[in-house]
Order: sequence, then C-alpha cells, then structure tokens
Amino acid sequence: MPERKLKWKILLLHMILLPTLYFAFYFFSLAPKSWEGVDEAVVEKIAKEHGREAKAPLIDPGSGDLLLFAFLVAGAAGGFVGGYYWRRLTRKE
Amino acid sequence: MHISEGILPFPWALLWSLVALPFVAIGVRRLNLLAREDLSLKPLVGLMTAVVFIVSCLPVPVPTAGTCSHPCGTGISAILVGPLVSVLIAAVSLLIQALFLAHGGLSTLGANTLSMGVVGSFVGFLAFRGLRRVGASLVVSGFVAGLLADWGTYAATSLFLSLGIRGDAPLLPLFTRVLLAFMPTQLPLGIIEGVATAGMVRLLYRKRPDLLLKMRVITEKELPSHA
Repeated sequence: MPERKLKWKILLLHMILLPTLYFAFYFFSLAPKSWEGVDEAVVEKIAKEHGREAKAPLIDPGSGDLLLFAFLVAGAAGGFVGGYYWRRLTRKE
Repeated sequence: MHISEGILPFPWALLWSLVALPFVAIGVRRLNLLAREDLSLKPLVGLMTAVVFIVSCLPVPVPTAGTCSHPCGTGISAILVGPLVSVLIAAVSLLIQALFLAHGGLSTLGANTLSMGVVGSFVGFLAFRGLRRVGASLVVSGFVAGLLADWGTYAATSLFLSLGIRGDAPLLPLFTRVLLAFMPTQLPLGIIEGVATAGMVRLLYRKRPDLLLKMRVITEKELPSHA
C-alpha cells in the first residue's frame, strides 16, 4: 500500500513539474528584452546620462564572456574537487 | 551591483576606498585570530571565497524584467564565517573580478566592497542573528538573511552611484530612480538568493551540523539527534 501511494505521489509530482518547466522555458522565449546585465542596463546607462562613462579595465579581456566562462568552469571544477576532498582538507593530523 | 571602472569621480572613489579599507584590514586580523584557534577555518574561508566569487558574477536571467543579474553570496558567508571575514571574502572576489573579468573596476573596488562586502555581510549577519535570537528557525532566518543581504547590497550601490554621479542634481530623486531601476530584476533575484541561503543552511544542518556548531551558528542543544 505505501508503495502504491509513493507511485501516485511521484506521478502527481511529474504532472505538476513538467508543465511548470515547459511554461517556464516558454516564458523565457517570450521575453522581448536583450537579457543584458543590470550593471550595463542600470548602472552604466544612468551614469552615462549624468556624463560619466565606464572606462576600459586595466586588463581588457576583450568582447564576449569567454574569459568569464573559463573562470566559472575552473571555479566550479575547483569547488567540486575541494568539496569532494573536504574531509581530507579539514582532518586533524 | 558592480560599479564599472571610471564611473565614480576620483574623490568619491577614494573616499569609498578609504572607508572600506579598515573593514578589510580588520577582516584579515579576524581571520588570522580565528585560524590560530582552528586551522581548518582557512579551507572553509577559501571555499566560501570561491562560492562568493562564482555567485557574484553568475548572470541569472530574470524573465519578469528581461535582464540578467547576479546574487551576492555574502549572506551565507557572513552567517558561516562572520561579517568581518565575509568582508575580506567579498573584497578578494571583487578584486579578481575587477582584474580579470572586467566586472567592476580597481578605482571602484572600495565602493563595490562597501556595498557587497560591508553592507551585504552585516545586514545578512544581523538579520540572521536577530531572527535566531527571537526564536525563528534556521530556514526562516537563512531566507531573510539572504534576501536582505541582496537587497541591502543593491540599495547601497544605488546610494554610492547616486552620490558619485549626481553633480548638482538633488540626491533623493536620483537615488530613488536608480533603486527603482534595480527593482524589477533584484526583487525576484533577492527572493531566489534567500531561498538558496536557506537551502544551504538547512543542508549544512543536516549534513555537517558540527560545522555550524563550530562557527557558533547553532548551539549544542540544537544539534540534530543523529549528530
């Protein structure tokens, strides 16, 4: 009996989750905006209106988010490795 | 919340850097003091820095606004390692982002450290500890801490930006305008950050309650029965 209940619960969960996810992705595709970051859409835009423009950074990574992607992948990999070996890192010798 | 290089006039950039500097220095001192008692704190701070670094440059799309923004992560770091060490964590994350990712800038590092590091950490920490003191659960306290750390950070950014760029214009209308411009993106994102913070605290309570006890997030009486 509890097994049957669990099956119903899982079925119900899928019935709710799948349409929700489908709607969420559909909703994303409807957005008319450009998905630019608030740093550009708010901070830099309002600053520009008041005569202040952003300057090129000291180390210019060029256009695009390739460097950011590389950093995120390296950070995520490092985080997973650190988390996996967490006990060894914190073990008292 | 990253104020880009060159946006703030030099006197304002210098002022915010001078205000942020003592917090960072006290954070270094606090970390050394804590590490003297327990060396295992350093890998935890290193991991928290990686978390804050990634979270605070991770663009999350917000469909209601059609823009992207990022959470801050200083709510959870302040809960776990305290607000002063959390300021140091934020400063290091922001420095790397400014140097290599063109997120923020070196001249605006002080203002960004003040908003995300100082305001975010202290607002999150005080909200968490205040709610715990009046008997709120870990999850509720974590949620409010994450939420207010995020919103507090963006409110502080609005203030620093308005003060820097206003020229002769009155402060309050410009501050309100910047704050309102952040709202469509940051209101939902703050809620997401609150949920993530509550989830992380809850996960640690279930998996590593000893860590929460060591960091004085919970007391011995609150340890789960399986611990």
